[in-house]
Amino acid sequence: MRGNRPTRGSERKAGAVSQSAVQPTPASPTPEGGHLLEVRDLHVEFRTGEGVAKVINGVSYHLDAGETLAVLGESGSGKSVTAQAIMGILDTPPAVIRSGQIRYQGRDLLAQSEEQRRQVRGTEIAMIFQDALSALNPTFPVGWQIGETLRQRAGMSRGDARRRAIELMELVKIPAAASRLGDYPHQFSGGMRQRVMIAMALALNPKVLIADEPTTALDVTVQAQIMDLLSDLRRDLRMAMILITHDLGVVAGVADRIAVMYAGRIVEHADVRSLYKTPAHPYTKGLLESIPRLDFHGQQLSTIRGLPPNLMRIPSGCPFHPRCPYVQQVCVDVVPHDLVLGDGRTSACHFAQEVRDDRAR
Amino acid sequence: MVRFILRRLLQMVLAFFGTTLIVYALMFAGQGDPIQALAGERPVTEAQRAYLTEKFHLDRTGIDGFFYRYFDYIRNLLQGDLGESLTGRQIGDILAAAWPVTIKLALIAMAVTVLVGVTAGVLAGVRRASIFDNSTLLLTLVVLAVPTIVLAPIAQYLLGVRWQLFPPTAGADPDFYSLLLPGIVLGSLSLATALRLTRTAVAENLRADYVRTARSKGLVKRRIVGIHVLRNSLIPVVTFLGVELGNLMGGAIITEGVFNIPGVGFNLFRAIRTEDGPLVVGIVSVLVVVYLIANLVVDVLYAVLDPRIRYE
Repeated sequence: MRGNRPTRGSERKAGAVSQSAVQPTPASPTPEGGHLLEVRDLHVEFRTGEGVAKVINGVSYHLDAGETLAVLGESGSGKSVTAQAIMGILDTPPAVIRSGQIRYQGRDLLAQSEEQRRQVRGTEIAMIFQDALSALNPTFPVGWQIGETLRQRAGMSRGDARRRAIELMELVKIPAAASRLGDYPHQFSGGMRQRVMIAMALALNPKVLIADEPTTALDVTVQAQIMDLLSDLRRDLRMAMILITHDLGVVAGVADRIAVMYAGRIVEHADVRSLYKTPAHPYTKGLLESIPRLDFHGQQLSTIRGLPPNLMRIPSGCPFHPRCPYVQQVCVDVVPHDLVLGDGRTSACHFAQEVRDDRAR
Repeated sequence: MVRFILRRLLQMVLAFFGTTLIVYALMFAGQGDPIQALAGERPVTEAQRAYLTEKFHLDRTGIDGFFYRYFDYIRNLLQGDLGESLTGRQIGDILAAAWPVTIKLALIAMAVTVLVGVTAGVLAGVRRASIFDNSTLLLTLVVLAVPTIVLAPIAQYLLGVRWQLFPPTAGADPDFYSLLLPGIVLGSLSLATALRLTRTAVAENLRADYVRTARSKGLVKRRIVGIHVLRNSLIPVVTFLGVELGNLMGGAIITEGVFNIPGVGFNLFRAIRTEDGPLVVGIVSVLVVVYLIANLVVDVLYAVLDPRIRYE
């Protein structure tokens, strides 16, 4: 794994001028024993006029070089907020990071100055967003927006940035890239816009790409194309990826591991195969059961009863207990710890093993 | 874009005829005896009456006569002949003298509006709910609440007479310095609006998704605000400023009156007071053209600033 990047090496070097001059991008930049990126016991609150919403309540996950972690959860579960905390782009106020660590290559990002964190954005960790139309500036051509990163962050000249922007647009398979450089975001289709976003995120050769629901706003056919593209790019460019989604179907073919979030905490964490086969948390199980299946004709689709909790009044004990079919008195009284199930699996459920072994689906 | 401008120019022709017709009608259609009105209290001899009837084509009567005179007037206008005022001066000469003064005044007011208004608006928008934001909020409220007819004399008295920082009146052929205070007074109203507008737009755009993207690109805050947010925030502000520039060019009747500035507004006011029909119609006709051009410039600028707007 060591040494120069073989196929796309020359192409990538152009964008990495400033950074590769300083450090020769080792294939495994993780210090001994640690993870590339690690979130430890993160707590985030949103303080608003109506009260304090506890959005993130002790989230921990990690990402190793070259792997894909899917973070799964419904709206408001805190998956995007965690990602924005990693990027350091949370709006503060109203967001307040109460405690926790976000370690990148062994250094705690939360302890760094704003200027140090700015240097990490784009070059080390980059992010793409759900709705590319609003995430791109409507008043500048896409080529300019991709080039801006290169000019501002890698010190490229206008001409070089332009050429590199075309390369990046070709890399994400935008047809006739050179002629579309001067087009504005609204002149692109949804899928092409998301490709522009991806090109922009890749400009500085980040080691980690955070994709925040990259396909949610797209047509189903385009979704698959974008997921394939992301998956190919991740492999070819040897990035690690955090894929945030609420769509179980998106995750299956792409992710190595899955972290399922509920009410601001990780309720289950497992490799993809085990999680799909033997979910060990009632919430995950409910999610899997609510996927429509082609071979189940004429049956009522199963759902998870109730609504996600109000984050200003999170239920006592296990936050999922009001909706859980396995609920017992202990669930109302005691907050469950992460139960280690082997093979790196954990589940924050008092009855994790029972749920896992309960094959009646 | 070229097609849009051409179409707008054609619309301007229609608007021009429409407005001049209305003003012309308001000024002349209702007059009982225009010759007696011209003469005022003095008696008019038969010979004079015959001469003036001939000169102003008053021998034709009714609607037919009105339109004949209107098109006669327009024909002269299109040849650059604005006609004579009742005082016998060429209206073209009056405007040629008044216009540069009004333009100077308007540009000073505009500069004040843009430099102070937009800058302070951006600062207030970035630092929402700060002391700066709240004090500008209060100040602009006061300025917006006080009409120019009150603000101008107060400024004139305090800054011009009491503390003697500026000349209290401008007089004939005023220089830049003597136009400064009137310019600031004139600009203060649009300044307040521009400030509030900029503040709101900046505050709103700072929450936009593309700002989050710009931050995740690792851009410095100065660039995010100064390039990304400003470009988007200026779209409504430019619209306002363009219309405002049209207003300012139209002459500020009150400000020019208070500070005795011989500009367009001053002359228009005098013409209305002395019921000088030809002069009123002449000035308003030219103002209409200025206004229409200002509006066209705004629309074109709008498309330049916001690529989503395409006039086709």
